[in-house]
Amino acid sequence: MIENLKEVTQETVASEVLKLKNEGYRFVTMSCTELDADFVDILYHFDKDLTLANLRMKQPKDAKVPSISGILFAALLVENEMRDLFGLEFEGLVLDFNRTLYLDEEITEVPMVSNVKIVKQ
Amino acid sequence: MAKTIIPFGPQHPVLPEPVHLKLVVEDEIVIEAIPALGYVHRGLEKLTEIRDYHQMIQVVERVCGICSCLHAVCFCHGIEELMKVDVPRRAKYLRVIWGELHRMHSHLLWLGLFADAFGFESVFQQFWKIREKIMDILEATAGNRVIISVNVVGGTRYDISPEQCRWILQELNGVEAGINALQRTMMDDYTVKHRTVGVGVLTREQAIELGAAGPTLRGSGVAQDMRMLKYAAFDELDFEPVVETGGDSYSRSNVRFRETLQSIDLIRQAISKLPEGPINVPVKGNPEGEIITRVEQPRGELMYYIKASGKKYLDRVRIRTPTFANVPPLLAMVGGIELANVPVVVLSIDPCISCTER
Amino acid sequence: MLFMTPNVIKNFLSKKATRLYPFEVREPFEGYRGELVNDIDGCIFCGMCSKKCPSQCITVDRTTGIWECDPYACIYCSICVEACPTKCLSMNNVHRKPAATKSMYTLQGVPPKPKKKAADTAEDKPAKEDK
Repeated sequence: MIENLKEVTQETVASEVLKLKNEGYRFVTMSCTELDADFVDILYHFDKDLTLANLRMKQPKDAKVPSISGILFAALLVENEMRDLFGLEFEGLVLDFNRTLYLDEEITEVPMVSNVKIVKQ
Repeated sequence: MAKTIIPFGPQHPVLPEPVHLKLVVEDEIVIEAIPALGYVHRGLEKLTEIRDYHQMIQVVERVCGICSCLHAVCFCHGIEELMKVDVPRRAKYLRVIWGELHRMHSHLLWLGLFADAFGFESVFQQFWKIREKIMDILEATAGNRVIISVNVVGGTRYDISPEQCRWILQELNGVEAGINALQRTMMDDYTVKHRTVGVGVLTREQAIELGAAGPTLRGSGVAQDMRMLKYAAFDELDFEPVVETGGDSYSRSNVRFRETLQSIDLIRQAISKLPEGPINVPVKGNPEGEIITRVEQPRGELMYYIKASGKKYLDRVRIRTPTFANVPPLLAMVGGIELANVPVVVLSIDPCISCTER
Repeated sequence: MLFMTPNVIKNFLSKKATRLYPFEVREPFEGYRGELVNDIDGCIFCGMCSKKCPSQCITVDRTTGIWECDPYACIYCSICVEACPTKCLSMNNVHRKPAATKSMYTLQGVPPKPKKKAADTAEDKPAKEDK
């Protein structure tokens, strides 16, 4: 299963990330999964000397997510990608692409949510 | 002089795949760069809704065109850990052999492109001529040149016979002689050293803070290689990560050069220790749970997050490729160098944009 | 300049590094996955190849006996060859030549006979009524 998993909330995530960064952990990535129609699950992955440390945060889809790109510059690409694929809004992003990183502006639906289905032509 | 914005366009002779950088330039020194991705986005992670977990192996292989076998190894390893499948030892050794062959052909391709970036076009073709020997080995043992489809959940589909093993060792002797002959031309050349030593420097603290992976990290003095996690047959093979301390483009290319020679040694060890036995076990049922697996690709650390809930379609397959992690260090490296050195620095992180955007 | 002279003379006097394709073709390797071929007389129209295909390019019609494959959607992975129970599918080791228009690979075979099934259900019905 997932090792070293810790639950965080929107208020505590910034302090947890800062603590891991000061201990020398390297940022790996963030993952996002859809749990049901209202909530997504965001996971943060860190690595030090080949062991992983993970944080899990449950997030409602319509609320703004606190961004960690002020603490870790490397997170800005991943947060922009999550905005493109899931439609989440981030607060405090250092460099914001406004949902044009992968998708064009005229596209109205974000792909990775469950109400968008693949249709064979 | 005022700042100008110069596009390092999606089409550039030095880039194998399209990526766009807006370079903010003042008097021929680059101050910063703003990336723009999205030229090759195919949306492969969404396909897990209509393809079951056996068919997803073929989908996942096609994320990258150069290192495709290692994506399949990582995915199969994750599903096998979730379903508690015991892979036979012979299959683990075969996966190591095919994985190291892919690492060699990827590094030889990169060394050819690196020579082309300086204008050494004959050296470029000489590297690719050596690479053709490895393509012949892959075609004879697995049926296809690049996307070989040998991994299944529970082992591998094809086997390597003893005559093929002897032929592989012969061909590898020719490859090693060719690479050693090209070392003097490429790595000890005055022009190459003048353009790469001291250019595009990434210090050790910057590399850890910005999340670099692979030769970008090992070229700055951090000894981390995911093969030390002992997946597949690496617990029985003798292996040390290749580290350089310069932090500039020359160190990174030296890391890749030495890794190619190290892969030849690993394949020779694996062939000499290849055990007898079956090559796959039958697998029934569906996976359940979540897992994170990591594997060392030629470009760095590849991470998969797989979530399943007992159905034959997986819930989520999240792929994080090493070039995605190397883009923030690239933005930090590009500050302060001259405009003419930008192509060499961009190429020194080994950009594989189709991996980045899936 | 003297460093390169032996190299120049060697390249001038040795034979070419490339083959004169298409006049001289290399012999194909044995296991190469080139083109999908079906021996329609052995096919029992079970549809396993269609279920396992990752790109969903095979269509099997049980009632009319038509087996169809789209060679431009096929990814040449040979999973169908391994899944076939009667081993009537195989891979040719030469790839197909380039063409100007796309076409489908359609074969017409003899569909499996449903006669026995109708007799079985007729016998089952009186048995059920007895019970």
